[in-house]
Amino acid sequence: MAEVRERVSPGALARSAADSVRKVGPDCWSGAALCISALVTVPLAGVVWLALFPTDGIWSHLASTVLPQYLRTTLLLMAAVSGATLVVGVATAWLTTLCDFPGRRICEWALLLPLAVPAYVAAYIYTDLLEFAGPVQVALRELFGWTSRRDYWFPDIRSLPGAAAMLTLVLYPYVYLLARAAFLEQSICVLEVSRTLGRSPWGSFFGVGLPLARPAIVVGVSLVMMETLNDFGTVQHFAVSTLTAGVYDVWLNMSSTAGAAQLSLVMLGLVLGLIAMERLGRRSRRFHHTTYRWRPVPRRSLRGGDGIFACAACVLPIILGFAVPAGVLIDYTLRSSHRFGGRFWTYLWNSLTLSSLAALLAVATGLLLCYTVRLGGGPIVTTAVRLASIGYALPGAVLAVGIVVPFALFDNALDRLLRDSIGISTGLLLSGSLTTLVFAYTIRFLALAQGACDAGLSKITPRMDGAARSLGLAPGAMLVRIHLPMLRTSLLTAAILVFVDGMKELPMTVLLRPFNFETLATHVYQYASHDQFEQSAPGALAIVAFGMLPVYLLSRTIAAGRPDQRG
Amino acid sequence: MRIILISYGTLDMIHKRVGHFALCVLAVILSLPTSLRAAGEVNIYSFRQPQLIQPIIGRFQAVTGIAANVVYADKGLVERLKAEGANSPADVILTADVGNLNDLVEADVLQGVLSEILEANIPYQYRDPEGRWFGLTMRARVIYASRERVSPDTISRYEDLADPRFKGRVCSRSAKQVYMVSFIASRIAEWGEPQTERWLEGVKSNLARKPQGNDRAQAKAIAEGECDVALGNTYYYGAMQANPEERAWAEATILIFPNQADRGTHVNISGAAVTSAAKNRAEAVRLLEFLSGDEAQGLYAEQNYEYPVKPGVEPSAIVASWGPFKADTIPLVEVAQERAAASRLVDRVGFDEAGGS
Repeated sequence: MAEVRERVSPGALARSAADSVRKVGPDCWSGAALCISALVTVPLAGVVWLALFPTDGIWSHLASTVLPQYLRTTLLLMAAVSGATLVVGVATAWLTTLCDFPGRRICEWALLLPLAVPAYVAAYIYTDLLEFAGPVQVALRELFGWTSRRDYWFPDIRSLPGAAAMLTLVLYPYVYLLARAAFLEQSICVLEVSRTLGRSPWGSFFGVGLPLARPAIVVGVSLVMMETLNDFGTVQHFAVSTLTAGVYDVWLNMSSTAGAAQLSLVMLGLVLGLIAMERLGRRSRRFHHTTYRWRPVPRRSLRGGDGIFACAACVLPIILGFAVPAGVLIDYTLRSSHRFGGRFWTYLWNSLTLSSLAALLAVATGLLLCYTVRLGGGPIVTTAVRLASIGYALPGAVLAVGIVVPFALFDNALDRLLRDSIGISTGLLLSGSLTTLVFAYTIRFLALAQGACDAGLSKITPRMDGAARSLGLAPGAMLVRIHLPMLRTSLLTAAILVFVDGMKELPMTVLLRPFNFETLATHVYQYASHDQFEQSAPGALAIVAFGMLPVYLLSRTIAAGRPDQRG
Repeated sequence: MRIILISYGTLDMIHKRVGHFALCVLAVILSLPTSLRAAGEVNIYSFRQPQLIQPIIGRFQAVTGIAANVVYADKGLVERLKAEGANSPADVILTADVGNLNDLVEADVLQGVLSEILEANIPYQYRDPEGRWFGLTMRARVIYASRERVSPDTISRYEDLADPRFKGRVCSRSAKQVYMVSFIASRIAEWGEPQTERWLEGVKSNLARKPQGNDRAQAKAIAEGECDVALGNTYYYGAMQANPEERAWAEATILIFPNQADRGTHVNISGAAVTSAAKNRAEAVRLLEFLSGDEAQGLYAEQNYEYPVKPGVEPSAIVASWGPFKADTIPLVEVAQERAAASRLVDRVGFDEAGGS
């Protein structure tokens, strides 16, 4: 049995279990979590520092001209993308987990594939296909004998709905991934109770299945929202004026770093507000199983029309989000003159190393932070840990500047100190080094790791902790012997999400990298930004291909993570 | 310097002559004294893309034996330089627009350079009077017009783009793009803000579609009949003429140098500067001198269809085919200083939000 809305007795039980842990828990966990949170929020401090400089009336200018537009566009885009990813992600997760239809086994993992396609790559490809001079409209004109734009109506891809569609296509897998993991954990016992109490299959879905999966789905949607908010590549290409576009405009065209930093902080406030609202909404609910009576939910077999409909619903996102972009990239690559020559393999190696290191570091950090909160860190630790994940909500280039400033400050201070005391000049120790870049990736993607760890931990009943502790396990031993084995799936999910996002990372790599250093993403960008996207197709294809493998692995792991498969 | 010359510049040649084993031994020996090697390098932060810069840097290494290390980033380099301060490893900055140069001057991260070679190679109006930056190439912002639907004598000035005659016939990229902002800044520097605002309103009301795409996309739209006139940089036109897949777009449009009868066509520059933190100052100056010299200027012209700043260097055959033109002589520093005002003007007019007709 799982608890959805029980607010009194079992909740109190869980809290008292947590209390007993808190009393025994040593403070070194809290200390470590606070230190890491502080380190991870250093870039935020950098941005706040930049925001303190005078801005020469930027705000009154923005408020009287484009700010309302920025806000409206941003909110619309976020609402559209989170709504659409919610529907697509949850529906496909429910269908592939609890129903059986032709092609289900392939859809199960293929639905994750769009995750490997960078949003800006999808944007470039769909613009080429759907714009006035693209093959689709040219074919339509030839077919119907139209000659000019005025003869017919065709949706403009370079628009707000176009940008929302692009972002939905590549971001829905976050929701699918987390919703599916949650549905897989659900036991038929819960749904059976719901059915015997008279709910219809749909009623059970909306009344029980969906609310039980809520924490996981919320994590997915908030990741989508943050990605949407800080996207620059797509909105710039489509000339959609979001707040992020505004940040870059104030920064680069009005040469006001301070104004850009302030605007970024406003955006950050927006995200934090949304997340806080959601947390408030499910404050006192618990979502874990309370018994060991677990039976898998038998799949409902969908035949005939239903089966075809379910299949189409799952195949469509795969085709649009993955098959079309990948097909176009393969086509470009085959036609490209310089395919995998030159330094291609070095770039690939750089991308792989950076992303793997960041994945390891982010997962270790994320786990430590979430686990400390579970041990009962108190309000200060909890707040610090929440703050640690905001790197994901800032535009990449702004975060990068936020890293440049404090790191250079540290380097210069150390250099001065050592020169004055022992006469040795260290120069810039960290700035422009790979260490900084790995650190930056970790900060940026910590939210992904934290989200997955959080969702995993929330499904383990606190009674388990109570039992382990009363049997004499210290928090560290409890983590290794009790939680880690149960969190295997969540941790791998976290690592793979960070890895795949790392492969796509662009704005921070561009600014923070050492001399003569290229990744696949920067290599693609140098051509794409110069409107020679076709030249960089081999690189883009490699990003997608190397993202696919872990994504496939991920899906296998989740399926294997179902309680009945764990033995 | 000799050793360095062998280790970097002529690696390929040695590779062929001496063979693998000897090369390995040489490499091991040469990699030992790192401090010695460091004396012969120059570190570059570049706003310009690698595919333009890398071939020219390659020639520089081959000719001088100085190793060049580059970070390419199209934004944030000013902040990085400022934060790194006196310890910054960067010696030289390469920029794509006069706006970047102005930002660097205002951030106070450049040093003045006195070089007779640079002064001889680069005309006065394309460099900073105090030697803090030097223009290297020029491009003109011209009008692309449909060869079929526009008669050249109906449009000869930037002012004409706002003429109601062109209602529903103008395409534009986003007015927030760096070249557009610099162009509008040049209008403010010349006409003052009120007149520029009226002009921009006029262009906005003539738009055929919401501003989008880059200069190449505007030519494409003209070729496809979406609109008839647009602003574009000269080198995009050259690149289209040279590319078999895009040649049709260039052929469907003609290139008009505006305002030839009065103040001349707006030009912008790419440039280079030496940082105040430069540890390899001599090499840095050497690089600038190389970039302003005949060979590099010829490479820029040949590869990217830009105009060399050095008088006497021939532009590429394609660029030469457009004929000579009269460039606006307004000092580019004055233009750069109006960039923030230009960007705000675009917001006030709401240019990028135009729906088109």
